[in-house]
Amino acid sequence: MAADDVWILGIHMTKFGKHPDRDTVDLATEATMAALADGGVAMRDIGVLAAGNLWGGPAPIGQLLQKQVGQTGIPVYNVSNACATGATALRTAIMALRAGECDLGLAVGVEKLAGAGLLAGANRKSDENESWTPRGRFGAVAPIDGRIGTETMPGVFAQIGMEYGHRYGGTSFELFARISEKNHAHSTLNPLATYTKRFTLEEIMGDVMIAYPNTRPMCSANCDGAAAAVVVTDRKLRTMDPDQRRRAVKVAASVLTTDPWEEACQVLPNVNTLTRNAAQQAYEAAGVAPEDLDLVELHDCFATAELVHYDNLMLCAPGEAVPFFESGATWRDGATPVNVSGGLQSKGHPIAATGIANIWEVCHHLRGEAGDRQIPDANVGLAHVIGLGSACGVHILEKAA
Amino acid sequence: MSEQIPLVDYLVLDDGDPHLMAHECAGCGARFFDRRNACGGCGGAEFETVRVATEGEVRAFTIVSLAAPGIPVPFVASVVDCDGTSVRANVVNVDPTPEQVRLGMKVRLVTVPVGVDGGGVEAVGFGFEPVDAPSVSEGGR
Repeated sequence: MAADDVWILGIHMTKFGKHPDRDTVDLATEATMAALADGGVAMRDIGVLAAGNLWGGPAPIGQLLQKQVGQTGIPVYNVSNACATGATALRTAIMALRAGECDLGLAVGVEKLAGAGLLAGANRKSDENESWTPRGRFGAVAPIDGRIGTETMPGVFAQIGMEYGHRYGGTSFELFARISEKNHAHSTLNPLATYTKRFTLEEIMGDVMIAYPNTRPMCSANCDGAAAAVVVTDRKLRTMDPDQRRRAVKVAASVLTTDPWEEACQVLPNVNTLTRNAAQQAYEAAGVAPEDLDLVELHDCFATAELVHYDNLMLCAPGEAVPFFESGATWRDGATPVNVSGGLQSKGHPIAATGIANIWEVCHHLRGEAGDRQIPDANVGLAHVIGLGSACGVHILEKAA
Repeated sequence: MSEQIPLVDYLVLDDGDPHLMAHECAGCGARFFDRRNACGGCGGAEFETVRVATEGEVRAFTIVSLAAPGIPVPFVASVVDCDGTSVRANVVNVDPTPEQVRLGMKVRLVTVPVGVDGGGVEAVGFGFEPVDAPSVSEGGR
């Protein structure tokens, strides 16, 4: 233990899926109350709150949550960082603890997306009956999404996977579909996943094509859900009960990066370099190597994305993501199990909750509490998210000694 | 000839010689299609306007089957490497199938009609078409 270590004391994710009768505040409240109970603390003990909700719930979510669970007057940071919002909230709370502002912090992410359909970039209405008027940063006279490439997420990430294939070879529609087959197979053991149905390769490839090579089951599932985590300083943890100390999970690394300038990043987001940079910093901070990881939850927003992140997170040698996957390494019984929760394709992707929910998954295994899907003897795990724009969060977690 | 307007301001329609323009950083050569105050790569604040090559190679593509209302599907969205400058564009004048579109395919810029407004002005966009347009009957693999 080092003096500036921070630990996850309590953590919870709600069931992901459809919650038609509950709003974002209800879901965030459920996650928060359960995370506090899991950590054996109360809202009055918490010194800082960081909260995120990206798409359309009532705001400010942090203060609305306080009104449900306790208005103690502590500082609230409402954060927004695309799909990395949850990880950003967690890191904000961790930074406050490391800065010495308080000993206990709370991070919450929540989203309601069930039935949201296709998520695309900012679009504008066509005005073809009027006169063409150049607008926006490109002086466009009509919407450019679909006319100048695509801004839809399935299409953007399809190109990211295809680009990897162009660079290193070995990719195919079937290969990407087999990644999805793995994650859907994993989901059958996760009762909190939105979808827990195993698909055959033929079913995945034969499903509705969204953006080649991503068919519908190869895309992250829009759903409702929330996740919350209570973090504690090492100093405070030492004063707590043996059971709290035993179940606490060490945050061995908490890293957030953005995309540095590279040629082409203005036309196709580069999700590679910022992930590699975050992973490098995280491995160095934690003093662990990729081969030490017992499980990885990475941002498989699309099947095409999972492949490139094997390489970006250095789970394999550069350019070797295809043979790495083909070796079976990333199945739950493989050398580096990836997305044993089912990943975003089946567990679901309630955007702002995702970056805390994947930490919950890793903690669940490190605590030995993952039930049927427990990875045996899990000691170290990594959680990764990407928010387009871009932001990358990487957390490395270690079981209490 | 009716009046025309480019879909975006970085498309130059010059009669018979359509091409794209970019703002190039005088310091490091980074290129941007939109305006920047300082270069994302080096921080330099001097830019010059340069012409982008009209031929290139498809570096990544997808065939979009689900898109915003009003966009005909399926269509091929791509990133084209135009002599070192990456351009986002649709690949046009090709069957939108994985058999007809290939990574590494050589393509060239062409203009594409977008529509005519109430005043009779035609908006013109751009895409890239295969340099050696494979005929459907030949398969083109």
